[in-house]
Amino acid sequence: MRPPLPLALEAAAVRAAGALSRIAGRGGGTTLPGKLLWKLDPGAIDRLAGRLPEGSVLVSATNGKTTMTAMVAEILRPTIRVAHNSSGANLVSGVASTLLGSADAELGLFEVDEAALPEVARRVHPKALLLGNLFRDQLDRYGELELVAARWRKAVADLPDALLVVNGDDPQVGDLARLHDSSIVFGVDDPRLARPALQHAADSKYCLRCGTPYVYTAAYVGHLGDYRCPNCGHARPPLEIVAREIELHGLTGASFTLHATGRAVRIDLALPGLYNVYNALGAAALALALDISVAEVKAGLERFSAAFGRFERIAIGDRRVLILLIKNPAGANEAVRTLVEGAPPKVAVVALNDAIADGRDVSWIWDVDFEPLLAGLDRLVATGSRAAELALRFAYGGMPRERIDVVPSLEAALDRGLELTPPGGELTLLPTYTAMLALRRIVAGRGHVKDYWEPAA
Amino acid sequence: MKIRVGHLYPDYLNIYADRGNIAVLAARARARGHELDVQDVGMGDRLPGDVDLFYVGGGQDREQALVAHDLVTKADALREAVEGDVALLAVCGGYQLLGRFYRDVSGEDQPGVGILPLQTVAGKRRMIGDVLLECGWAGRTLAGFENHAGQTLLDEGAEPLGHVVAGFGNDGASHEEGCRYRRVYGTYLHGPLLPRNAWFADRLLGEALAHASRSAEAVELAPLEDALEREAHAVSAARARARGGRFS
Repeated sequence: MRPPLPLALEAAAVRAAGALSRIAGRGGGTTLPGKLLWKLDPGAIDRLAGRLPEGSVLVSATNGKTTMTAMVAEILRPTIRVAHNSSGANLVSGVASTLLGSADAELGLFEVDEAALPEVARRVHPKALLLGNLFRDQLDRYGELELVAARWRKAVADLPDALLVVNGDDPQVGDLARLHDSSIVFGVDDPRLARPALQHAADSKYCLRCGTPYVYTAAYVGHLGDYRCPNCGHARPPLEIVAREIELHGLTGASFTLHATGRAVRIDLALPGLYNVYNALGAAALALALDISVAEVKAGLERFSAAFGRFERIAIGDRRVLILLIKNPAGANEAVRTLVEGAPPKVAVVALNDAIADGRDVSWIWDVDFEPLLAGLDRLVATGSRAAELALRFAYGGMPRERIDVVPSLEAALDRGLELTPPGGELTLLPTYTAMLALRRIVAGRGHVKDYWEPAA
Repeated sequence: MKIRVGHLYPDYLNIYADRGNIAVLAARARARGHELDVQDVGMGDRLPGDVDLFYVGGGQDREQALVAHDLVTKADALREAVEGDVALLAVCGGYQLLGRFYRDVSGEDQPGVGILPLQTVAGKRRMIGDVLLECGWAGRTLAGFENHAGQTLLDEGAEPLGHVVAGFGNDGASHEEGCRYRRVYGTYLHGPLLPRNAWFADRLLGEALAHASRSAEAVELAPLEDALEREAHAVSAARARARGGRFS
């Protein structure tokens, strides 16, 4: 066996590769150094993580992992230096790159892809794990939901000493706490915001134990809510960190009262939507578990604006664009719900790409409840590599075909959308992952936004 | 005319946007002055007798196992309807359930209704990717996406839905995909299938109308504009040719 290179030498070499990649104009180079390191010496990641004096924490979920992790980073910022994969590079290689780039960090804070969780957990030995939700997502890449849930159960079982922070409102995720010694359960308790019925895209509708449909006292987001099996009694576990008295303020923000171990504090988020209340709640639960005070949690959450591409506003000349990433039915439904209940747009550009990171199988767009959005639109621009398929989704959803522009080029679609937006107005962009990156790049190329690999000011 | 549709287990079998197929059938019927009357058929429900077109979608393994035993109780009624020339589209899991059995990875058999002459055995790898089929019987192509571990074997002499131009198909080896019998069509193709394969949606509607009017011949429907449908089909077909499927 080849003796391992000295860690510092490896680290320097692969950091140089990342810099070269940026100079060569090949984008952020956010995972290249990590990929190289992984090839050279996979064990180096374990050793780099082992150097962090405060250890590591991991965050995963189908939806909200980037936002939750960024919220935790903001809460921790005044207290501790973190290594945080803020660009969304959330596979082993992205974690490795972040470790390489943060030599003076005290704590590792990593967003982790759902499927990569076991591998990352094995390597960095986290002291805490925040798990948010599991929805059907990119079945061509992740496989069925049950498969991801089984991987999570295994990952959790392999970390008997880690603190587990879970969303009790998700039957699969909440159940992990039952099997684990040290765990904290968070959830929403505000039936006023419950949906009248489970959405079409709800996934974990049947009892984990006996297969009987759950009865919901309140369903909040997809299948997240207060459930109980009428047959065997499997039910939402008792909540320890709870959001109550939730108020949604259109597209500008949301407020809730955070109840934690006998204390209650009002939190005003600059992010809209019930799904962001879930994100803030998860971030708060993890931060509190790391012994951060309630006051610091409140301050951090209230400072937080948006993770890139997730409800991000960018000015372009005398107009603005509002970017909401859509990537699966549950997440897209919340984006639509937030827009429609906030300020329904008249013009929207929806972008569907089918690269591996978007999911090559585009059937999920038919599971999204786009109809409430379509009802308010005067004009819709369908774009991306599967623009025609997307346009069909809207046409069969009731949008008159003459009001749909099919413009596969993202740049041309952006221009068309801006042209349809009055001066001073805001254009809503709903892109899938790679389309979001490309659209941000186009906007950045026009000098309106920083590239995402540059740290925010 | 009213076209009566029986949608089997929509709460359980809906993983690949099956409601997209129903939406397409409804809109295309409406565009020709017909009305689609969709009735959901769930666990424990009696199979309605007055249906012109049945639809069965796909589900995750867990949901599929839950419905398999219920569908068996409806097998005789469904077979009778099929022999009476009802139209039926079954996608993915629904397709497997129409065969004799589905043998899962543990070797256990899930019962099927035995309407299509085939059986399915779960393989170790999933067949995932874009697919393009040549349907010689119709002189048309079908484009879609497949994602299945089951390897489906047709009996000698059984008619496939199409021949695989790109992708895996029934088993990744026979170059055949799907199965058809009378007015029954089983396939692994989702995407969903009908938005980007409008001719096939019209074929099903034409056969459902024939059933409704007790005609032996499928009813010809007036063509629609379908520019978007053709474009979506072309992009999907090009994907299949360029990147086919992969094992996972």
